[in-house]
Amino acid sequence: MTAPASPEPAVDALFVRRWLAEAAAVVDREAVHLTELDSAIGDADHGSNMQRGFRAAAQEMEQDPAATPGAVLAGIGRILISRVGGASGPLYGTLLRRAGKALGDAEEVAPEQLREALRAGVDGVAQLGGAAQGDKTMIDALAPAVEAMGFALDKGASLVDALAAARIAAEEGAVATVPMLARKGRASYLGERSIGHQDPGATSSALLLGALADVAQDGAL
Amino acid sequence: MNAGAGRAPAAPGKVGIVLVSHSAAVAESTARLAADLSGAPEPAPVAAAGGAHDGGVGTSSEAITTAAREVDRGAGVVVLADLGSAVLTVKTLLAEGGELPEGTRLADAPFVEGAVAAVVTASVGGDVEAVLSAAQDAYSYRKV
Repeated sequence: MTAPASPEPAVDALFVRRWLAEAAAVVDREAVHLTELDSAIGDADHGSNMQRGFRAAAQEMEQDPAATPGAVLAGIGRILISRVGGASGPLYGTLLRRAGKALGDAEEVAPEQLREALRAGVDGVAQLGGAAQGDKTMIDALAPAVEAMGFALDKGASLVDALAAARIAAEEGAVATVPMLARKGRASYLGERSIGHQDPGATSSALLLGALADVAQDGAL
Repeated sequence: MNAGAGRAPAAPGKVGIVLVSHSAAVAESTARLAADLSGAPEPAPVAAAGGAHDGGVGTSSEAITTAAREVDRGAGVVVLADLGSAVLTVKTLLAEGGELPEGTRLADAPFVEGAVAAVVTASVGGDVEAVLSAAQDAYSYRKV
């Protein structure tokens, strides 16, 4: 399992639970920052909404740990839809549920399957919110991240390296929302005044991908 | 008539209406207003799903599913939502399947005007398509 030739972490239910637990911890740490970003162009609740959702998710995973990566993602997606209370609930809920569905009931999946699942999740988010890249939303972090991950895997990169690339793309994508004019969500009501602020949703998306990259890195050690 | 907390008396066979707002007060008042303006002796069943899970401003998926089940008389349910997470949560519940009663649809309509049009149409026995169409037509009620 940890042969030197294959330092890749296994993408199983435990791996996905560790990702979401790490995501919950990061959201906790960054909640104030997310809310600050949201108070500039939104309704100042993104941090607390994400915190509420991911705390409920962490609790659920402790009480009722699902057995497959797909089931973990689908179950936590459902929790986010019901607990977050803001638009990030159905959006992140859809991301995880679609990704979970795409993984089916496999107990362990290959990096390529994880990439396909994340792509299905991101497509679901784009469809639900009607957002495209450049609209100053979560998609501006998520879409380049999945692209970067796929590009790296196609070049023969390890899962750890592919997710590290995804993280960088997501962080760059989030920063790239600063000069954008918001075209979706509450920020779009601000028109030109939305320019000059980093999108809170793109920022939290980058945090979630950062948590995924960290967990893969730790698992590979 | 008494719509109570946004709830009309049972009217078997009529399309049920669910009003989803970020604000519990807005959802409940709109439900009452729509039932009052319907002029029907037995208005279609209307339920409010307002506010977040914790009672604050936001959206509760559980309030939406509860409200939809409550107004379901087997003739379908039409949901109106105000904006943002209210709309996205309803769309998510519809997309996931199994969460809302069979035949539940989201109206593309302004919230208050659409709610009145939907309840009036459902109260006189309009089917789901007629209720959806009436709610959507409310976009064309020009005011100036």
